[in-house]
Amino acid sequence: MKEESAATVNYLNCDYSIRSWLLTVDHKRIGIMYLLAVTVFFLIGGIMATLFRFELSTAAGDLVTAETYNKLFTLHGVVMVFFFLIPSVPAVLGNFVLPLAIGAKDVAFPKLNLLSWYVFMIGGGITLFVALTGGLDTGWTFYTPYSSTYATTDVLSAAIGVFITGFSSILTGLNFLVTIHKMRAPGMTWMRMPLFVWALYATSLIMVLATPVLAITVALLAVERATGIGIFDPALGGDPVLFQHMFWFYSHPAVYIMILPSMGVISELVATFCRRRIFGYSFVAASSIAIAVIGFFVWGHHLFLSTQSVYAGMVFSFLSFLVAVPSAVKTFNWTATMYKSSVSWQSPMLYVMGFMGLFLVGGLTGVVLATLGLDVHMHDTYFVVAHFHYIMVGGVLMGYLGGLHYWWPKITGRMYSEAWAKVSALLVFVGFNLTFMPQFILGYLGMPRRYYAYPPEWQTLNVLSSAGASVLGVGYLIPVIYLLWSLRHGKPAPANPWGGKGLEWTIASPPTPHNFEKPVIVTEGAYAYGEGGHGHG
Amino acid sequence: MAESRNPLAHHFDSLEQQYAAAKLGMWSFLITEVMMFGGLFLGYILYRCRFPEVFAQGSHHLDIKLGAFNTAVLIVSSLTMALAVHAAQEGRKQATLTYLFFTLMLGLTFLGVKVIEYSDKYQHHLIPGARFLWSEGDAGPPQLFYSYYFCMTGLHAIHMVVGAGLLLWLMALTARNRFSPAYYTPIEMVGLYWHFVDIVWIFLFPLLYLIGRH
Amino acid sequence: MNHHIVPLKIYFAIFAALMAGTALTVWAAFQDFGEFNTLVAVVIAVVKAALVVLFFMHVKYSDKLIWVFASAGFIWLIILFAFTLMDPMTRDWLPVGAPLPM
Repeated sequence: MKEESAATVNYLNCDYSIRSWLLTVDHKRIGIMYLLAVTVFFLIGGIMATLFRFELSTAAGDLVTAETYNKLFTLHGVVMVFFFLIPSVPAVLGNFVLPLAIGAKDVAFPKLNLLSWYVFMIGGGITLFVALTGGLDTGWTFYTPYSSTYATTDVLSAAIGVFITGFSSILTGLNFLVTIHKMRAPGMTWMRMPLFVWALYATSLIMVLATPVLAITVALLAVERATGIGIFDPALGGDPVLFQHMFWFYSHPAVYIMILPSMGVISELVATFCRRRIFGYSFVAASSIAIAVIGFFVWGHHLFLSTQSVYAGMVFSFLSFLVAVPSAVKTFNWTATMYKSSVSWQSPMLYVMGFMGLFLVGGLTGVVLATLGLDVHMHDTYFVVAHFHYIMVGGVLMGYLGGLHYWWPKITGRMYSEAWAKVSALLVFVGFNLTFMPQFILGYLGMPRRYYAYPPEWQTLNVLSSAGASVLGVGYLIPVIYLLWSLRHGKPAPANPWGGKGLEWTIASPPTPHNFEKPVIVTEGAYAYGEGGHGHG
Repeated sequence: MAESRNPLAHHFDSLEQQYAAAKLGMWSFLITEVMMFGGLFLGYILYRCRFPEVFAQGSHHLDIKLGAFNTAVLIVSSLTMALAVHAAQEGRKQATLTYLFFTLMLGLTFLGVKVIEYSDKYQHHLIPGARFLWSEGDAGPPQLFYSYYFCMTGLHAIHMVVGAGLLLWLMALTARNRFSPAYYTPIEMVGLYWHFVDIVWIFLFPLLYLIGRH
Repeated sequence: MNHHIVPLKIYFAIFAALMAGTALTVWAAFQDFGEFNTLVAVVIAVVKAALVVLFFMHVKYSDKLIWVFASAGFIWLIILFAFTLMDPMTRDWLPVGAPLPM
């Protein structure tokens, strides 16, 4: 058996040359190339975070200067948002899994897929160039007129980097939309699709509809910065708040670009490890689309304390509450799926539990912040920082790590150490809460974000947060070690180690270059676990 | 050699599926284009509502005749592009080449006129920035008008340049017999792009050149 | 492949309509419609754009999915415009920083 699987040609051993990787159009290899890229960016962003958590463990600003501190949190934000969170689940796991999950040989446009990776690397390279040649201090939001007129750092290059990276996101989204519409295997109807595919569809809609607005926004910023012509410049009658509107028209939905695919991963994991069809499948599928659509109507809640009119603020505040509805639909349905099922507590499922707890806290504090009156108090405090980290790190990263552990045997053909995986899941959860729970309190007490020094009475909570960050850092490093270790020493993975029902589990681990040896014909819906146990069917 | 090249990519089951995917992909791309130009139109609307008189004055410095001429040029080019697709559908290679060539020439004509207009603005110190001169009052808001004028028409012109490149590519492929009534997808996709660029101009012309003319 | 081939006379009819629309929009710009000059210009442009989309871009002859995609771009454009402009349009209703009525 072992000899047989070693002799089989798969997408990894079919060609070992560097060229075969750099010019590959295989979605599986491109997924791995994205995995390498986003891991590097995650480490860079993580190092920035480590440095400023060190600074914040004392009340005085003593480790770095104020200017350096500004650059640290700016690059942390830019790198983490644009180069890790947005591509993490869709471009890594989505690229690898999507064609397999719908029974396709590849995405609809394999060459565009490769192009999007190169575009991503060029944008990332420019941003790293900025980081190495003086940094950037505008905050990841690039607000005008500071960014356009006053900042002395290299805003122009950074804007160009983000502009270029946007196209990688657009190309991925476009590719996935067409893939899901046109590449499904016979019998794979919309209501038979795995919920991860639904989530990727919703994500791709946002990528296609919102990212171009970011592109033109940072392009206008770059033009204004480079030539000095007035676009957002109040001195010429321009409106800096227009920049904020345009920026958040993308950047709020971008939060859903990050979280929706993670939610899709969670749906897959809950079904597999509870051996059940997801309770309320159609509602969970529709809630992804609902989040994507409603997400376009709420961006003004980032502008409550700008000159945005109070009336617009009220409308945005009300609409922001609505996002809670489809989010709750998902959470309740996952819980209902788990109810009275025999859950197998393997490491991916631990990440699911982490996701649910952290997303719940992040989501509910989001409702708090969407309240117009309350936000006047909370705006730009650590409460906001804690809130969005609970969503974007607690939610997205838990889903990403859960999905990575779940599909790792399929991607590499190797099993990792289950014990270490459980330890790291636990460490991440504990470390995360220790890092960010104190920040809710700090924010409530009024500690503003983006300051490198603070009054001494806040030191205890800040030290707690920094200590948690070290635990979190260890929790993130351990998987890097044991996942790499598994490549050489891990047990060979069977085709279906978890008892999953997706099409990707019907083929060899790792898959052959063209995925499916026989034509795929789908005859039943996702998660067909039958009526065993207390199944809902 | 060229004749034997199979236009069906390995991951599609049929030419029909490949065509449908390409068409949907192209329309998705056009959505992104709509949103990208949309960001520019948004700022234009906001500032025009805020400074209506200034925008009218700024518009008076644009040449209606050249603008209208360019609009007509683009509409004719859209027609020749549509005729090129039509000829490709019927497998008439020579006619396809001719229509693509006419489309290209019309596109270049448009760009030539644009160069004349831009250099005229340069000579009259109407390029926003340090050299900007305005005798009719505060020089701030008029710069906003010209900033948007140059950004909108500039982005449009970049699209025209890209379109011209695509047309050259299509002509090369057509000459090498890559297309047939069974497979002419690239011509149709470039056609969609070209018509979209035409549509952008259909809005730009009245919104930039024809403000407050009565 | 079995695609709808649009008759040539339709292309020429649309072309004529587009040229007439261009002439009309120039003519209309020099008439005084009061507040409605811009509206007239935009309506003419929308009609022209619709003709291009439906006939030159073959949407009239395409399946529903293409209709949906073609419409989606314009619907989202309206969302971008409407929800952004909602802010500047209502800024003056309640002067920020004005003394509260006591």
